[in-house]
Amino acid sequence: MSEWQAIPERVAPANTIGAVGWLRSNLFGSWRDAALTLIALYLIYNLLEVAIGWGFINATFSGSDRAACLKETQGACWAFIDAKFGQFIYGRYLEAERWRVDLVMAALVLGLVPLLIPRAPFKRVNVLLMILVFPPFAFFLLVGGWFGLAEVPTADWGGLLVTLVVAITGIALSLPLGILLALGRRSDMPIVQSLCVGFIEIFRGVPLITVLFMASVMLPLFLPDGVNFDKLLRCLIGVTLFSAAYMAEVVRGGLQAIARGQYEAAAALGLGFWKTTALITMPQALKIVIPGIVNTFIGLFKDTTLVLIIGLFDLLGIIQFNFTDATWATPETHITGYVFAAAMFWVFCFAMSRYSIFMENRLATGHETRNAK
Amino acid sequence: MDQWRSAICTPRSLSVFGEMVKRRALIQILLLASFLLAIGWLVSNVVANLQAQNISSGFGFLNERAGFGVAQSLIEYNEDSTYGRVLVVGLLNTLAVSIAGIILASLLGFVLGVARLSQNWIIAKLAAAYIEVFRNIPLLLQIFFLYFGVLRNLPSPRQSFALGEVVFLNNRGIVLPALVSGAGAVAYLIVALVAVAAAWILRKRALRIFRDTGQHVKFWTPLFGIITLSLLVAYSAVGLPFAWDIPVLKGFNYRGGVQMIPEFAALLLALSLYTAAFIAEIVRAGIASVSHGQSEAASALGLPAPISLRYVIIPQALRVIIPPLTSQYLNLTKNSSLAVAIAYPDIVSVFAGTSLSQVGQAVEIIFTTMMIYLALSLLTAYLMNRYNNHTALVGRNV
Repeated sequence: MSEWQAIPERVAPANTIGAVGWLRSNLFGSWRDAALTLIALYLIYNLLEVAIGWGFINATFSGSDRAACLKETQGACWAFIDAKFGQFIYGRYLEAERWRVDLVMAALVLGLVPLLIPRAPFKRVNVLLMILVFPPFAFFLLVGGWFGLAEVPTADWGGLLVTLVVAITGIALSLPLGILLALGRRSDMPIVQSLCVGFIEIFRGVPLITVLFMASVMLPLFLPDGVNFDKLLRCLIGVTLFSAAYMAEVVRGGLQAIARGQYEAAAALGLGFWKTTALITMPQALKIVIPGIVNTFIGLFKDTTLVLIIGLFDLLGIIQFNFTDATWATPETHITGYVFAAAMFWVFCFAMSRYSIFMENRLATGHETRNAK
Repeated sequence: MDQWRSAICTPRSLSVFGEMVKRRALIQILLLASFLLAIGWLVSNVVANLQAQNISSGFGFLNERAGFGVAQSLIEYNEDSTYGRVLVVGLLNTLAVSIAGIILASLLGFVLGVARLSQNWIIAKLAAAYIEVFRNIPLLLQIFFLYFGVLRNLPSPRQSFALGEVVFLNNRGIVLPALVSGAGAVAYLIVALVAVAAAWILRKRALRIFRDTGQHVKFWTPLFGIITLSLLVAYSAVGLPFAWDIPVLKGFNYRGGVQMIPEFAALLLALSLYTAAFIAEIVRAGIASVSHGQSEAASALGLPAPISLRYVIIPQALRVIIPPLTSQYLNLTKNSSLAVAIAYPDIVSVFAGTSLSQVGQAVEIIFTTMMIYLALSLLTAYLMNRYNNHTALVGRNV
């Protein structure tokens, strides 16, 4: 019996490892792949050429009116954005009072960032501050009329300020309202259930624009004569109710995914409905549906642009409005304005979606069924 | 021990059930009462306000003359038509852009979804980049970009971009050649019907024989034969009664062909590009949800790749894909209401917009519009729930 001997280790074939191997397996696996790769590279090259040429090389970065942007070669008119930047952020908010908006935004960032970083301390205090102190602080500071501050009517608000006010109020109010609606829809009390189902299905069945039309045209008819709501407030009500209906369905999905054993165990421990909900089921349900909740937030953020149709000047609305300014009428003004707006919205939405992925991974407890991929 | 026993056995805890029934009834009665009170209060306010503002109510206005023009209409419409007809024109325009959008978005979305899972690194990244860019930018912004930024900035009809001298792009829209049918075209319609009927019958027969005997019957060859034969018959009877109507520049605009107004083109394109990004993610998730074991088991059973794809992978992926896909179709239909921002004559734009500002009956008009969208949504949701119940896995979960 000859002695057992392992075959000596061999180096992997050169064309399966390293850069060459990676190229072979990922880009040039077959003729079809190679052709696709080349087409894609050509496409990317062309896109980059147009984007860099238009956005940087041929672009105008400074100037005081349209003359600067009227050139032989077409390029972005960033000078337009530069000149109108104040309006894009604050709208027609009085220039002397803009520090108030800055202060509110700074407070928002200071309050929100530690809340979003899991390792930051004092979560409880932080949450209480954001729920109890921040809203009245922001309200009094932005609206004014108290403590010697000049009142700024909401008709003068605009730009990113309106976008953020609508989005943040909508987000902050639609989640609790949506949770209540979801609980109502799953309730075994027939009247509670049918009212909630009716509300949810009606708001999910119609486009947001009809809800906004309703808020702007019909709401005044529903109120007694003489009572008049602020236009921004009416719009906020419409947006909040609309997203609450979507939020309710997301939360309901999470509640449905929780095993019956959890409810039974809670009942066996003697917990009542509200304790079961608050301590056992809702935390699990909300954790499961984080992606859905954030998607609803992102949808709401994008939908804030619709307020321009009923005559409020959000970020897109104020940019659109400024195209009518003859001092900046150039063939490139439209595209430049839209690219700027798109970049702003994209940054916010993309950041939200990345944060949701981060939280999803952090909260994963290993009980989830893993997707193939 | 004793404490527990006394807690369980006292009459008070025995009556807990009765207490709960009473409490639940009270909650519901209070809720219903406040709901009805609120409705009553709102209705009385509306009645008082309408009387004060002297606005008539009822749907009589639907029979009145509208008196405004509409840029695109699928049925006959002129300024003498009624508001009722405006409603139908708007609804048809909504459906037209939605159905075309659904088809385009599905095609693009499926391609992107598969590309996202491609082995080819650069193709997968390109598809991912497309998805991340398009779904994170508001749809309204994309519509504005395409409409005000691109389509309205195109040259006038005289300097149109021409694609092969048959398709023309200018600031009045897109002009395409039209297929015109003359007398005898009915013969070809009959051919098409015969082909569909033959396909249906042959397929049923092939399936029956396969079930009874296990024999594969050729299904394509006889179908192909029948189609060729009936085409030949139709050709010998009536010839080719079709012609292309190529648009020609006459004066300031094109005559002939099919004119697609720029509003329609911008809305259709934006809706399709935006929704395709969402559909791509749904398709990707659907395919990824089918575990590798399934395709491995199929190949272990000796099924060739196309068969395993058709009978193993796709049916399981569809279970995951169909429900969210349907809600994307619904979203697209509802999003088509953004037409009002660029004045494409959809239902919101011509009925809840122009008609409302002329008639002033906000309550009736907005309710009608909402009810129409609601009916569309509920119909789709009903079908979707039926399909969902049919395919969903049955488990013990609530």
